[in-house]
Amino acid sequence: MAIDMSAPTGVGRPGDSPANGTSRGKGFRLNALTALIAGAIGYLFGHWAGNAIASGYQQVQGSGQNDIAVILGYLFGTVGWFAGLGALNYPIKKIFGCEPAGDEPSYEKGVGKYFRFTLDHKVVGVQYLFGMLTYFFVAGLLALAIRTELLSPTNHIFSPDIYLEVVSEHGTLMMMMMTSVVMGPFGNYLIPLMIGAKRVAFPRLEAASFWFTPASFVILLSALWMGGFQSGWTGYAPLSIQQGVGQDSYIMAFALMGFSMICASTNMIATIINYRAPGMRWSRLPILVWSLMATAFMMVLAVPVLIDGLYVMALDRTAQTSLLYGAHGGSPFLWENLFWFFGHPEVYLLAVPGFGIVSELAPVFCRKPLFGYKTSAAGMIGVSVLSFFVWQHHLFQSGMNPDMRPMFMLTTELISIPTGFLYLVGMGTLWKARIKFDVPMLFVAGLFFNFLFGGLSGVYLSDVPADVTIHGSFFVMAHFHYTIMGALIFAVFGAIYYWTPLITGIQLSSKLGKIHFWTMFITFNSTFLPLFAIGLLGQPRRVFEYAHRLQTLNDWVSISAYLLGLSLTFFVVTFVWQLAVVRKPSPKNPWHSRGLEWQGAMPPLPHNFDTIPVIQSGPYEYGDPNAIPMVEWGTNGDVTAPASVGGAS
Amino acid sequence: MAGVSPKISGDTRKHGTRIFIIWLVASIIGSSLIYFVLGPHLPPGTMTNQARGQQFDIKVLSTVATPVLLFVWIYMGYATITWRLKKGESWADGDGMYLKGNRKVQGWWYFITSATVLSLAVFGTYELIAPAGAGGGEGPSPIWKPASHHMLQVQVIAQQWRFTYRFPQYGGMETTSLELPNNTQIQFNVTSLDVIHDFWAYQLGVKADANPDVNNVAYAKPDQLGRFTVRCDELCGVWHGAMYNYGTVVTPSQFNTWATNLEKQNAAVTKLLPKYATTYTPSYTGAGGGYYPPGDPNGNL
Ligand SMILES: [Cu+2]
Repeated sequence: MAIDMSAPTGVGRPGDSPANGTSRGKGFRLNALTALIAGAIGYLFGHWAGNAIASGYQQVQGSGQNDIAVILGYLFGTVGWFAGLGALNYPIKKIFGCEPAGDEPSYEKGVGKYFRFTLDHKVVGVQYLFGMLTYFFVAGLLALAIRTELLSPTNHIFSPDIYLEVVSEHGTLMMMMMTSVVMGPFGNYLIPLMIGAKRVAFPRLEAASFWFTPASFVILLSALWMGGFQSGWTGYAPLSIQQGVGQDSYIMAFALMGFSMICASTNMIATIINYRAPGMRWSRLPILVWSLMATAFMMVLAVPVLIDGLYVMALDRTAQTSLLYGAHGGSPFLWENLFWFFGHPEVYLLAVPGFGIVSELAPVFCRKPLFGYKTSAAGMIGVSVLSFFVWQHHLFQSGMNPDMRPMFMLTTELISIPTGFLYLVGMGTLWKARIKFDVPMLFVAGLFFNFLFGGLSGVYLSDVPADVTIHGSFFVMAHFHYTIMGALIFAVFGAIYYWTPLITGIQLSSKLGKIHFWTMFITFNSTFLPLFAIGLLGQPRRVFEYAHRLQTLNDWVSISAYLLGLSLTFFVVTFVWQLAVVRKPSPKNPWHSRGLEWQGAMPPLPHNFDTIPVIQSGPYEYGDPNAIPMVEWGTNGDVTAPASVGGAS
Repeated sequence: MAGVSPKISGDTRKHGTRIFIIWLVASIIGSSLIYFVLGPHLPPGTMTNQARGQQFDIKVLSTVATPVLLFVWIYMGYATITWRLKKGESWADGDGMYLKGNRKVQGWWYFITSATVLSLAVFGTYELIAPAGAGGGEGPSPIWKPASHHMLQVQVIAQQWRFTYRFPQYGGMETTSLELPNNTQIQFNVTSLDVIHDFWAYQLGVKADANPDVNNVAYAKPDQLGRFTVRCDELCGVWHGAMYNYGTVVTPSQFNTWATNLEKQNAAVTKLLPKYATTYTPSYTGAGGGYYPPGDPNGNL
């Protein structure tokens, strides 16, 4: 992206009015459909070019598989996709010295804006929300296919190659997409509202970060039509070099998602540092903002290493280098290192936003200040820093650097100290609280319950001797499903129930929400708790055949998984029904939160605030009779400020 | 603007002491049950000293984890019962306690979690080094080895999608079945001919990645007779799920008979195999379809 040399906009810019930049909607405009068409054209061109270049190569001739054509197809397809969205107009105009339109969003009405490359952070947030839910449910359906195959140890529904394709698609889709499940919807939508900004720092990066995700999603799924890839989400070489062209989809999809993460996190960091309202000191920042800041730093530091690794894999598959396998000086260890150097921070960049959400919600429903605010922020930063020093614990039995195992055992166990701060903060906040178990609070409690299993099982895995038994088994699988689904996804549902009234102005039924929570909570634990036992009893991951004595447990898990699927379906149906049909208006600030995002209009004004909020106190001053409201509004045109803020109304 | 609810400010019960006593009693019972009742049945069993060590680690970790789990459960259960809004109550009569932190509580928390974690790291390190790598793969030149000089060498060769075993002390013969002598120190030399696999002998407590061009050494000393399962534990392609077989621990004399018989039986075939080496490059013998060019980085050819 070009550096924006135009006059600074945003907080404090005089004369900021809603009329700004609304005059662009005329005639035909580019949208997701034109992007799809341009993407298809790009793909065909790239594919043709790849065949033209590589048709003379020996390893392409007669193999029926040309990795160069596939990779170039995806590459040009992605370029076409962005061109079709109109995302390239701005940088191209800049390069040729024209002065393009500024980066003020055009705050339009209607649903069309959700299908366009939009610079409005609230639109991007909603795009992300529905995108992420779609990706999550598609990957979830694949999980049900896996569980169906595992109903019987010896009778098969899928052939082994289809089974591994499904496993690999499920794993990769979840692991690459869910990295953005908090930062995408809630980070983009809420951060400016929470820090008192009228906009984000880099709206084009933000919009691009979203539009990478559907491209990545389509590319990853397209592997299924080309024989898929059977290397799992870890893609260990040389297996991944040996695979058919489906592996190229893995490379491109994961890399695009990597670019998405880099764009999103760069914007997040710049926005949080530079766009805070007057008085929004670091010590008053909502804790969710701290968690996303920590997450964003992990992303910008870890993701480039993944992209690097994928690039190396692509070279091995296309240019016939041998960097990831032996004999010419390459080594499969290289990929294992690059992948896990990204992969381990990734595990924490999945967890930390969940911590942020529950720490943000707990004070509201406990009617108490967050206990140990600094400890909480320090814990998230501590986790982020340490996450870069633990990656070899995935490789304890690999034979690589065996002498370093005590060191990586130590760093891995150390990381449970800052992780444990989450429990200190959560439990301290419950002390002498006035807890109201509304639906979001139920999900908060669910996270604290589930993550306990996820965290404690992590200590077993960090212990090298215990890891000899449980490495690569279903125990690991249960462990990370407890940390990602049990913690992150529970937090996300809590956040959806909490912030939907703000985003849409629609009130969600508490009764339906409670049915969703209890069914999901019970079936989730019923699905994943037995997996610890299955792993300890010797079932490796990613197998389609297992010992007969484990069938009862596996069947229990599969049936629970179906019920979990039903519970999630119940959510989708009731959520869409309430948003599209019932549309019961929500009262203003339904949770009586002190948070800044709730103090303005609901749903928020297009440009967030009419006047610049001046922050006077922290967001969690519940219980202090002398607490001053968090925000004092400017005096001009103050239509949004409620009569009273901070009180229990 | 409401302050702290009178229900909270007027509450003089000693909640901390109550929680502590409930937790202490529950933990003593819970941890004892885990250690003494469940402990002896925990995986992976006691077939080798390595498996026994892993079982001990899992037992100790479970014993330590139980009080942690119980503390959170009991605390959160107590808080839910005591401090939730009861029927007919609302936030209108006031908020929870205005409490932003507590130096003493936080200090103790930091201290206790750090001490626990550091002790576990020391414990894990001791348990790794004392039984010579605890059955895990230790790379080509292990620094933690068993004391005994006489060790049975068993080479595990993984390939898509089977394991074969070579015995250099028996003329370098190669078999598809695995028998091991009881009460004998065994050195597994694990390698692969193609992609990364993992040799997991569950009951032996042995797990080592099989990497192409790498010799990954793991030790075990069985002291019980019986059958054990071998599974591939690293995704290696289509038939990964079918890559398993069984081995048996037999008496040393039975083993010796089995091995010498096989050595004789297989002698004609053994001659055709590549010379025993710690790693193999498939194309040396034409295997692997020329995927790997000749030349062994370990200099074994
Ligand atoms: Cu294998």
